Amino acid sequence: MKITQGTFSFLPDLTDQEITAQIQYALDQGWAISVEYTDDPHPRNCYWEMWGNPMFDLPDAAGAVQEVRDARKAHPQTYIRVNAFDATRGFETTRLSFIVNRPSNEPGFGLVRQEGAGRNIRYTIESYAAKSPEGRRYE
Amino acid sequence: MSDSASSATGDSVDLNALLADSQVRSVLDELDRELIGLKAVKSRVSEIAALLLIDRARKQVGLAGAPPSLHMSFTGNPGTGKTTVALRMAQILHRLGYVRKGHLVSVTRDDLVGQYIGHTAPKTKEVLKKAMGGVLFIDEAYYLYRPENERDYGQEAIEILLQVMENQRDDLVVILAGYRERMDTFFKSNPGLSSRIAHHLEFPDYGPDELQQIAQTMLAQMQYRLSSSGAQALREYIPLRMAQPHFANARSVRNALDRARLRQAKRLFAQSDKPLTREDLMTIEAEDLRASRVFG
Repeated sequence: MKITQGTFSFLPDLTDQEITAQIQYALDQGWAISVEYTDDPHPRNCYWEMWGNPMFDLPDAAGAVQEVRDARKAHPQTYIRVNAFDATRGFETTRLSFIVNRPSNEPGFGLVRQEGAGRNIRYTIESYAAKSPEGRRYE
Repeated sequence: MSDSASSATGDSVDLNALLADSQVRSVLDELDRELIGLKAVKSRVSEIAALLLIDRARKQVGLAGAPPSLHMSFTGNPGTGKTTVALRMAQILHRLGYVRKGHLVSVTRDDLVGQYIGHTAPKTKEVLKKAMGGVLFIDEAYYLYRPENERDYGQEAIEILLQVMENQRDDLVVILAGYRERMDTFFKSNPGLSSRIAHHLEFPDYGPDELQQIAQTMLAQMQYRLSSSGAQALREYIPLRMAQPHFANARSVRNALDRARLRQAKRLFAQSDKPLTREDLMTIEAEDLRASRVFG
């Protein structure tokens, strides 16, 4: 199951050239680029690990793209995303965020039912991958 | 590229059209006009421009070829125009499409080398990232290598630099600058670095006539001018200053002119009883220069 999230979730995976162009666009807007990775695919997981510090004041995308490549080399079997942060007053938030790397095999999610008081059923989803401990989820 | 259709037809290329739309001519002319002397440097710069233009023409007719390596070293005494030429070089490379942005990031040892273990690599990488798409100018590059301390972190910075110079040649151009003798020893002890630098440009010292011209250009840029006796005083001042210790070519001339402006201001105040004309405000007289200590 291909997990999608972020700005280009409706598109097929971006090529390196497209990633470079997107990063360049973000830099041209004056946004700061950061790279993050995680092996917990749950859509509500907002605690991704930082790959290095966010990059401020870059004129050209080449440096940020190099960081993406380094992150892929170090963590090939994780989700890696690129965030672009806009520090303009009033925004002060992430303006662009997209996935640039995913594990080769994504097992997807199982539905979990919990029976509560009065035969009440609560539903949740759980990733099959997240059942193994962190760091061994996509081996 | 949209202009390729106009300048390339089939398998022939119009070099003049290429030259015109790169606008490199105007930068070269500016270089010629604003920089006095430095013949060897200028001819090397125009050679590089020609090479890049031909490279572009070759690409248009479908001839493959790895992009040329353009890392450079600028050696010369202080005040001989290394930084100025580096700035122009960034512009030229940008107009010829060799670098994407054409900005100049000027750094010294302090910006590259950290203070403790593990500090250097991120620091150097950050600087390199900022320089991508432009030109990285490392002033006094020989400070990166300190042979007297074998645990010096400078070596680490050099290694990262080498790796990027080799692998990301189309992302940035590195220019190492410094005094001649110290750069020579630096390159001797780092042969890897030396062999990756294709262009070694030497900046000779200026002669008295060139310094006079430089002074005139600087004054013109600041909207001042010398009276005829003032010009004569400067002509006498320059050889005297050249004989003094710590002479730094054009930089010394600039400093001398700044001091002359100071004295001119003082002189104008002293005679403040009569109204000042535009002419008075612009002109530097002989006495402003002759008050200098070198005449003493």
